[in-house]
Amino acid sequence: MTEARTMTINMGPQHPSTHGVLRLVLELDGEVVVRCTPHIGYLHTGMEKIAESKRYQQVIPITDRMDYLAPLSNNLAYVLAVEKLMGIEVPPRAKVIRVMMTELTRIGSHLVWLGTHAIDIGAMSVFLYAFREREQILDMYEQVAGARMMSSYFRVGGLFADLPEPFEETVRSFVTSFPDRLAEYEDLLTANPIWIQRTKGVGVIKPEDAVDLGMSGPNLRACGVPWDIRKSHPYSGYEQYSFEISRGTHGDVYDRYLCRVFEMRQSIAIVRQALERLPDGPIAVADPKVTPPPKPMVKKSMEALIHHFLLWSEGFRTPVGEVYQSIESPKGEFGVYLVSDGSNIPYRVHFRAPSFVNLQALPRMAEGRLVADVVAIIGSIDIVLGEVDR
Amino acid sequence: MPEPAFFVVMLAKIAVVFGLMLLSVAYLTWLERKVISDFQVRLGPMRVGPHGLLQPIADGIKLMFKEDIIPEAADRAIYVLAPTLALIPAFISFAVIPFGDRVRLFGQSIDMVISDVNVGLLYLFGVASLGVYGIVLGGWASNNKYALLGGLRSAAQMISYELSMGLSVVGVLMLSESLSLVRIVGAQSKAWFILLQPIGFLIFLICAIAETNRAPFDLPEAETELVAGFHVEYSSMKFAMYFMAEYANMITVAALATTLFLGGWRGPFLPPVVWFLAKLYLVIFLFIWIRATLPRFRYDQLMRFGWKVLLPLALANIVITAAFVALR
Repeated sequence: MTEARTMTINMGPQHPSTHGVLRLVLELDGEVVVRCTPHIGYLHTGMEKIAESKRYQQVIPITDRMDYLAPLSNNLAYVLAVEKLMGIEVPPRAKVIRVMMTELTRIGSHLVWLGTHAIDIGAMSVFLYAFREREQILDMYEQVAGARMMSSYFRVGGLFADLPEPFEETVRSFVTSFPDRLAEYEDLLTANPIWIQRTKGVGVIKPEDAVDLGMSGPNLRACGVPWDIRKSHPYSGYEQYSFEISRGTHGDVYDRYLCRVFEMRQSIAIVRQALERLPDGPIAVADPKVTPPPKPMVKKSMEALIHHFLLWSEGFRTPVGEVYQSIESPKGEFGVYLVSDGSNIPYRVHFRAPSFVNLQALPRMAEGRLVADVVAIIGSIDIVLGEVDR
Repeated sequence: MPEPAFFVVMLAKIAVVFGLMLLSVAYLTWLERKVISDFQVRLGPMRVGPHGLLQPIADGIKLMFKEDIIPEAADRAIYVLAPTLALIPAFISFAVIPFGDRVRLFGQSIDMVISDVNVGLLYLFGVASLGVYGIVLGGWASNNKYALLGGLRSAAQMISYELSMGLSVVGVLMLSESLSLVRIVGAQSKAWFILLQPIGFLIFLICAIAETNRAPFDLPEAETELVAGFHVEYSSMKFAMYFMAEYANMITVAALATTLFLGGWRGPFLPPVVWFLAKLYLVIFLFIWIRATLPRFRYDQLMRFGWKVLLPLALANIVITAAFVALR
C-alpha cells in the first residue's frame, strides 16, 4: 500500500484571493506548498485577434479591457505605437495631459493593488480606504471622458477632448490631500509587526532570476534592478520631469510593497509638475487625415464633411512597416508590437502584457512556502487577469 | 428556598439569560457590521428598518429558508451533528457567569447567576473547549480539503491558546482564592484584577481573541486563504448555528474578561446589570476594533506566538503572583 504524502488542492478560478480567475493547482505537504502550477486562460477574449478587424482608432477601447485597472496606460502604449508608425508628433498640451492622466492611472492601479493585497493578508480596512481614494481618480476619468473605468480618453494623434473646466482644480485638491492619506495607510501597515512578519522574506526572487524571467515594473525594481522605461526609453516627454524610480533590496513581498508606495508618491510629484507646466494649445495634431474636424465645421465646410465621412467610414491608413513601443505601465513594461500592411486596419497587434510575464515568477516564489504565503505573493505580484489572458 | 419556588426562579433565569443571549447574538452581528463600517467610512446595513435595525431578523429568516445542502461524500451523521456540538457549549458556558448582585424579590433572595458552581471557572473552560469538537468534526465530515485544513488549523490553534488562557487566569485564582466566579467578583470589591494582573489580562485578552477565531487569529476561516475554512460546505441553519456559536463565544469570553479582570458587575451609581453589560460591550468593541485594524497572522507565526511568547509570559506571571501572594 502506498502512502499518500501530499494533497493536491485546486485554488481558483473561483477563489477570493486569486484576483479574478487565476487557477492554481497546489500540491501541499501539510500546509507547505510543494508544487504550484498556474493555469491561465479563463479570461481569454481574443483581443489581439479582434484588433485585426478594427480600424486603428477602434482598437483603443479594446486595450482598455486588458489591464482594466489602468486603462489609460494601455491606451497610451497603443496610441504611441500607431503614432510612431505614422511619424506623428502630438502637441505639447496633449503630451502633458497624457503624462498626468497615466500617472493618476498609476496611482489608481496601485491603490487597488494596495487594497486587495492588504485584504488578502487580513487588513480589511485598508481595502476600503484605498477604494475611497481611487473613487476620486475614477471621478476624474468621468470628467474627462464620460466613462469611469473604460475611459478610452487618448486617441491616435492626441486626445478625445480637452480637459473640462474644473478639472485642474480637482486634480490639485487630490494631490494635496492624497499624501496625507497615503501616510495613514503606511501607519496601518509599514511598521505593523504582523504585516512585517507576513511579508518580509516571503516570496523572494533573486535579481538574476527576475531578469531571466523577463519581469518588469515594481516587481523587478524591488529586487534592486533600476529598470524603468520612463527613464531608460522616455516617451511622452518623461525626460523633462524630475522623479526617482523606486528600488528595493531583498526582492520580497515587503520590498514590493514599499516600492509601490514609493511610486505613488513619485506619481504625485509628476502630476504636480505636469499641472505646473500644462501649456495652452491644441490637444491633437492638426492633420485632418487623422484628427476629426470639430463638429460645427462639418456643417459649414465641404472639406471637413469629407474628412469626417472618411474618418468614420474608413478610418486612416498607415504606412507599411512594423513598430514596437513600450511604456512603464503600473504593472511593468507594457509593450505593443504593431505590423501594418498599409491598410486601415492593423495586420497584427501583439500586446506584451507585464502581468503575464510577471506571473511566471509565481511558482518560483511560492514553492516551499505556506498556503497563506501564496496569497500574499499573488497579491504582491499585482496581476490583472484581463491582461494575462487578453 | 422551597423546592417549587427554586425551580420557578431557576427556569425564569434560564429563560431570561437564554433569550437575552439569543438576542445579543443576533444584534451583535448588527453591531459588528455597524461599528466596522464606521471604521471603514461606509454606512453598513441601512435598508431593513431604521439604520438597518431589523437586519439580524431578516438575516435569520433568510438563513432559515435557505436550501440545506449536505454534500454527497460527507459523513452524514457527523456532518449534521457538528454544528450543534459547536453551538451548545457556546450557550451553556454562560450559566456560571454572574451578571449582578444578589437581589431580594418577593421575599426571596435571588442570585443573579444561573448557577454558582464552586468550580465555575473550571466548568467554563471545560465546556468551552468542547466547542472545538464541533469545528474539527465539521471540517472533517464535510469531506472538503479546504474545510479539512480549516478544521485542523482550528484544532491546533484552540488547544494551544487554551493552555495560555488557562494559565493567564491562575494569578486571578491565587488572589481570589476561589474558582467560583461569584467569589471572584466578590474579591474585586477593593481593586479590579486588571490593576493587579495587567499582564494576565493582556494574555487573557489575546487568547480570548484566538479562542473565538477572530481577527487577527481568524485562520480557521481565513476567507482569503481557505475560502471559508471549516464551514465552507455548510448552508442554511447549520451555517447559522456555527455563526451563532461564534458570536455566543465572543459574548462569553467578553463576559469572562469582565468577570475576572474588570470587576464583573461592580461599579458606582448605576445598577449592577448595566455595569456588567457596559463592560461586556466595551470588551466586544475592542474585539471589533482589533478586527478592523490588524492583518492576519500566518499559521506557523500564530503557533510560535502562542507557545514561545504567551506561554512563558503566562508562567512568569504565575511565578510573580505566587511570590507576591506568599510574601504578603
